[in-house]
Amino acid sequence: MSAEATNAPAPATLPPAGPAPQAQSRKRRSIFVRRPFFTVALVIAAAYLLAAAFAPHVAPYDPVLQSMDAMMQPPSGAHPLGTDSYGQDILSRVIFGARYALVIGIFSVLIGAAGGLVIGLAAGLSGGWVEWALMRLIDSILALPSLILAVAFIAILGQGVDKVVIAVGLSMVGPFSRTVRADVMQVKVQGFVEAAHLMSIPSLQVIRRHILPNVIFPLAVQVTIRISEAILVSSSLSFLGIGVTPPTPDWGLMIAEGRDFVSFAPWMSAMPGFALALLLIALSIVGDGIREEYDPKSRRGA
Amino acid sequence: MMLDTATTRTAPSRTAPIFELIEVEKVFQVRPPGRRFTREKVGLRALDGVRLSVEKGASLALVGESGSGKSTLLRMVAGLDAPSGGRALYHGRPIREVRAEGPGFARDVAMVYQDARGSLDPRMTVGALIAEPLRHFGIVPKAQEETRVGELLERVGLPADAAKRYPSGLSGGQVRRVAIARALASEPSVLVADEAVSGLDVSTQAQLLTLLRKLQQEMGITLVFITHDLGVASYLCEQIAIMYLGRIVETGPTDAVLNAPAHPYAAALRGAAPRFFEPIPEPLPGEIPSPLDLPKGCRFSTRCPMAQDDCRTRDPQLGTLGAGRAVACLHPLAPSDT
Ligand SMILES: Nc1ncnc2c1ncn2[C@@H]1O[C@H](COP(=O)(O)OP(=O)(O)OP(=O)(O)O)[C@@H](O)[C@H]1O
Ligand code: SF4
Ligand SMILES: [Mg+2]
Repeated sequence: MSAEATNAPAPATLPPAGPAPQAQSRKRRSIFVRRPFFTVALVIAAAYLLAAAFAPHVAPYDPVLQSMDAMMQPPSGAHPLGTDSYGQDILSRVIFGARYALVIGIFSVLIGAAGGLVIGLAAGLSGGWVEWALMRLIDSILALPSLILAVAFIAILGQGVDKVVIAVGLSMVGPFSRTVRADVMQVKVQGFVEAAHLMSIPSLQVIRRHILPNVIFPLAVQVTIRISEAILVSSSLSFLGIGVTPPTPDWGLMIAEGRDFVSFAPWMSAMPGFALALLLIALSIVGDGIREEYDPKSRRGA
Repeated sequence: MMLDTATTRTAPSRTAPIFELIEVEKVFQVRPPGRRFTREKVGLRALDGVRLSVEKGASLALVGESGSGKSTLLRMVAGLDAPSGGRALYHGRPIREVRAEGPGFARDVAMVYQDARGSLDPRMTVGALIAEPLRHFGIVPKAQEETRVGELLERVGLPADAAKRYPSGLSGGQVRRVAIARALASEPSVLVADEAVSGLDVSTQAQLLTLLRKLQQEMGITLVFITHDLGVASYLCEQIAIMYLGRIVETGPTDAVLNAPAHPYAAALRGAAPRFFEPIPEPLPGEIPSPLDLPKGCRFSTRCPMAQDDCRTRDPQLGTLGAGRAVACLHPLAPSDT
């Protein structure tokens, strides 16, 4: 039957491939052109990072050097951002403050992400009562805003930079667990996971080779987005006077210290406040840019 | 080289067919439609009284409308799902049991998914994807892996440099080829493929069909192939099984069945596809009944032009009709009727 139609398949040529590699890398490079806000924000964030890294070289004064002769001076040539009530140079304190902000932000987010990865993976993969128990745990943690949770952990742990890192990190485990679990649930039902099982690849290997990489990437994007949240929470802790202890040059602490003098020496609170706000805005723009650019969904949709 | 490894590996019981399905049922527990907030579940009979046997070296096309249970049947054959009733055997032993014993079955029976792109890990390169079964089953020493990946790519008509690409950078047809190359990597003796060529342009389709036919004829691979396209079925497969609402309603040699269908549904399918190498358009008048609420008697009676009174009371089972053919109909068409 219909031998003419069936017997002679037309000689086939290879259809053109998808976008060529060069075209893709060109697209990558031009992100700075396509997203001017992202570029500006990235430059600002990088400036903070550099200032923090080289603080001793950049800062004009010792951040904890008190001077009776130079108390509460408005911004001037000698003290571009003025001085505080102990005569400490605010610019130097703001620069060293970037150190604390970034260190606390990055390390606490890493703690949160690591905890979230473990709990989220366990919940997403286990199912049954283990998942139920883990999710109730996460829900009860998540029901509280991270600041309140961090306050609670500080109450247990005590004050200090290391304690703040742990407290803020723990307070972020909940949200991270949630996103990791959601990603695991989404990945584990995909065809390639079943195909791996069908190929009789042992479950642990399937998790390591196929599930983890597909979960880690979105998690890394989350990490960049949540650094600003961690910085905000840690600054809030210091502002409340329960985070980092004086005279550490921490922005939250500086804002709190300047609060009493806000009517006649507004720069004392305003300068660190501005530094904090600018960093938070820059970080969230960078985070959003990265997410939109590398979102696996938009990438996979090719 | 593929042939002798394949034949020596599948030595046991020469007489038993590779796959044998005896009165297989598959019931999915689903929420009743239109009632989203209920815990109550009803049974959906995706497969109902399926009888099928696949001999070694055979090529079988599974044809039927969407929702007729083709994928479900294939998943069962691959050992992904257990039957809820009846027996699904591989060389005379339950498929799930054989599969649980070790990687032997997985190596022997390779599957090409309906959703080829979804079956490939988006974060692995094509090379890594094809190397995975090579390494997992220890097909070639590590040093030869790259060469073998190149050979497999060449065999499915992809350039060797495709190995460095990611699936997201490949077209639908290329992804399908990668999936086939990956399935062939383990040197299987059985290939089960779910719509491996549908939705591709004609020349790509033709190229893949030529490849599959060559594998089937030269390597003696057993092929179970789902398709919507009677042309593909008749080009590639010697046997055909036509499914309707979870049951195989007619089976036999492809040419014989398509030239002189005995089941009214097979005849309607044939009539709805005047030209081959095109997906079946709107095959039949009338709604396909819901598998949640199968018609009484013959499941085709609501749409069957030949239906008679007894069709609404008796459910015909698949029974032989001479010359390797079988049909599930109380009043099969005589060859002259078509
Ligand atoms: N996991 C599942 N849970 C519930 N119902 C299912 C499941 N898998 C399949 N079904 C149902 O079983 C029936 C047969 O589905 P199946 O996927 O086997 O059809 P098919 O013939 O492959 O269709 P298509 O040509 O569209 O791929 C359908 O009614 C479908 O809704
Ligand atoms: S049994 Fe009756 S209703 Fe069913 S296909 Fe045959 S003739 Fe049609
Ligand atoms: Mg299907």
